[in-house]
Amino acid sequence: MRARVFVTLKPSVFDPQGRTIAEALHSLGYTRVEAVRQGKYFELDLATTEAGQAQALAAEVADRLLANPVIESYRIEIAES
Amino acid sequence: MKFAVIVFPGSNCDQDAYYAATEVLGQTAELIWHKDSDLKGADVVILPGGFAHGDYLRTGAMARFSPVMREVKAFAEQGGPVLGICNGFQILLESGLLPGAMLRNRGLKYRCEHVHVRVEQTDTPFTRGAHAGQVLRIPIGHGEGNYYAPPDVLEKLEANRQVVLRYTTARGRLDDEANPNGSVHAIAGVCNERRNVVGMMPHPERACEPRLGSVDGLVILESIVKAFATA
Repeated sequence: MRARVFVTLKPSVFDPQGRTIAEALHSLGYTRVEAVRQGKYFELDLATTEAGQAQALAAEVADRLLANPVIESYRIEIAES
Repeated sequence: MKFAVIVFPGSNCDQDAYYAATEVLGQTAELIWHKDSDLKGADVVILPGGFAHGDYLRTGAMARFSPVMREVKAFAEQGGPVLGICNGFQILLESGLLPGAMLRNRGLKYRCEHVHVRVEQTDTPFTRGAHAGQVLRIPIGHGEGNYYAPPDVLEKLEANRQVVLRYTTARGRLDDEANPNGSVHAIAGVCNERRNVVGMMPHPERACEPRLGSVDGLVILESIVKAFATA
């Protein structure tokens, strides 16, 4: 299975990069882009064919390494690889 | 006393810390590779600045899994003094030895300059030689020194007097202009509840000889020697 892990700063945490990207878009004329939050994206190829196991394994590595729970949260999508 | 200076792949202030311990303070020191699992009988551990493991993923995120960190953690749990400088501070945060996390600097720029920090607490092994309110002029060099802790953690840090250093003006006044990275509450350094583990973004080892432009970092380094002598 393949797990897609999206890591972003928690809504309560200021994202200076996202803010700068939003400002750049505004200066390009994209005034309808109201806000940008940027983050990290991981694709994990997992040696399992069972979606539940894949979800559990992806969550474990996200908790241990991919995300820092003090500042970040994550979302996982499981798909056939 | 004996200093252990931990060397991760990508550390780049390890030699400076070693030099400060041996040549400036006249103590013995040993460089300890991150794959070692023995602190060689050290009395104090320094996690130096740099870019451990390339700072891939997040600053300090990989270093926490280096074998030597198990020993550092055990040493800290026994009350041993541990100082994390810059990247070393980031590693202590990622390891859970200190509370909080680092964000990208508010202005997104890597800041490399002398700043002023005010000593807030003098009952840690790394600040006991300073007086409360003393302002130190010490260099920083980081892109991710924007200290963050959630509101409840921050409240606890302040209540427990765990904020050891704050960015201020040269006169010791809090001023947003004097905060180089946007750290919450202008925090430049914190300690754990037990007060034996301290992390700081400024580099005291880069301010320990007149030819380096400042000797204000000496008070940090000399504090630990004094703490050991009177222990």
